[in-house]
Amino acid sequence: MIQARIRKRYPPGPESAGFTLDVEFNAAGGVTVLFGPSGSGKTMTLEAIAGFVPPEEGRILLDDEILFDAASGVNLPPQARHCGYVFQNYALFPHMTLRQNLAFAAASSRKRWPRLERHRRVNEMLERFHLTEVSGRRPHEVSGGQKQRCSIARALIVEPKLLLLDEPARGLDVPLRAELYEVLRQVRDEFRTPILLVTHDLEECFELGQEMIVLNQGRIVQRGAPRGVYDQPASVEVARLLGTYNLLPVEITALDPVRKTSRLRVGVHELHGPYFPGRLRGDRVTLCVRPEELVASPADGKPGPNQLAAELLRYAERPQTIRLEFRGDIFAEVPRAAFDRNRHVKDWIIEFPSQALRVF
Amino acid sequence: MGIDWFPLWLSLRVAGLATLVALILGLWLAYLLANREFRGKEALDAAVTLPLVLPPTVLGFYLLVLLGRQSPLGKLYEGIFGAPLVFTWQAAVVAALIHSTPLLVKSSRAALESVDRSYERAARNLGASEWRVFWRVSLPLARRSILAAAVLAFARSLGDFGITIMVAGNIPGRTQTMAVAIYDAVEAGNGALARTLVLVISATALAILFLANRLAPKQASG
Repeated sequence: MIQARIRKRYPPGPESAGFTLDVEFNAAGGVTVLFGPSGSGKTMTLEAIAGFVPPEEGRILLDDEILFDAASGVNLPPQARHCGYVFQNYALFPHMTLRQNLAFAAASSRKRWPRLERHRRVNEMLERFHLTEVSGRRPHEVSGGQKQRCSIARALIVEPKLLLLDEPARGLDVPLRAELYEVLRQVRDEFRTPILLVTHDLEECFELGQEMIVLNQGRIVQRGAPRGVYDQPASVEVARLLGTYNLLPVEITALDPVRKTSRLRVGVHELHGPYFPGRLRGDRVTLCVRPEELVASPADGKPGPNQLAAELLRYAERPQTIRLEFRGDIFAEVPRAAFDRNRHVKDWIIEFPSQALRVF
Repeated sequence: MGIDWFPLWLSLRVAGLATLVALILGLWLAYLLANREFRGKEALDAAVTLPLVLPPTVLGFYLLVLLGRQSPLGKLYEGIFGAPLVFTWQAAVVAALIHSTPLLVKSSRAALESVDRSYERAARNLGASEWRVFWRVSLPLARRSILAAAVLAFARSLGDFGITIMVAGNIPGRTQTMAVAIYDAVEAGNGALARTLVLVISATALAILFLANRLAPKQASG
């Protein structure tokens, strides 16, 4: 279990604005994902935990051992922290073979294993990560997947209490990504090493994460299970970071706590929504709704209740669906077949199902 | 007329020894400057650079003051080895060392700093001591650049004139190195000897440069 409170100021430079990292979280077993856009402080958080860059304030505990504590001046060197770190570029030593990379790690470990024990561990790791055949090659002579597995094996051979992964899937093609996820699930289930993983990829959160911590501009803005965060973003900020939401300015024109309903004005249209506790009539809020929750169909007559008339501006092909962009920054996703029949229609009706409406 | 080859052998021996010492001293200084933060780091950096910009005669004068028979260091040396340091071939080694170390420190520091930080971080993360990180990761990755720098340092040691003549003098058969012998030959009006020596030292320097270029890595890091 890792408990971290990290605060560090980065003063403004000639090309960068000032930045303050200020996060506090804990993570137990399984995979915890630090999710956020680039520059949100994800990698800095990992570097602070690994001991590469000391924070200014705060405290970092790993399984009740103090790794860092500003108040009492404790700051263990990276060597003593027992956090495995998998670098984005793998950082396999280019002048050593894969076997030598693992042997270097086994011999560097503070566990001080005897020679035979080290040898056994190296062989076992090579075997488990399917690297035995290529163990005599240097990193530049093996495939991307083999490099990736070797870097994870090298981090695990010293038996870390926590595995830190910095954007492990960045720049990988789709098959390699799937392979990585498979390996990480193996690490999670067989080695039972807790994993803290940094990513800006939402799919990765769903693939691996039991728990997801959303970072923005150096702060934690939400945490929870990926499904929960995706379905119920805590703020407009989070909805915007997830990048999959329609965000429309609306005004609440009616609220009925008895019938649990509300009315929202969008431009000249009116929508019926659920009751919004803690809101008042006349509040100007942001309506938050996912494109696939909207139902779009060609206009045939006047829009009915909870429907908007909108002009189709353009559309984009998705693997399974078509993403439609309407005037007024409204996006909707429809199945391919439904769209193919109406490819040339300009005027559409968009239905906003009342239970899908959230406001902030 | 036979040519006295003693200056060439002396120069090679002096330069070889000076390069060896410069490599040890230079790597240590380069490591400090590249990896450690300490008070007086900039002062040390400036002090290491100084021999590159000061006239050799000035450096020679400093060395005479520092190592002369009246100085504490000079007395210490005389006490240990039973003979003064100045105006011996060993003094020529010190001169060559002062002449070549700054270059070696500069290049080695650049080479060590150009090693991708993530390799060193990875090694520390696995539990490797700073000593192990340096010998097993940083140094092997910077090896070619450092070797190339050492070869250049050797060439530079070979060519020193100013400092050598100040502290080792010009004693034929004892402290007269190549560069000094050429000066001596020209002064004595022995044009043929000067030309031969110049050709020999030019050819040697060219060969060394060729070797250094072969050693220097094609890319920033392997």
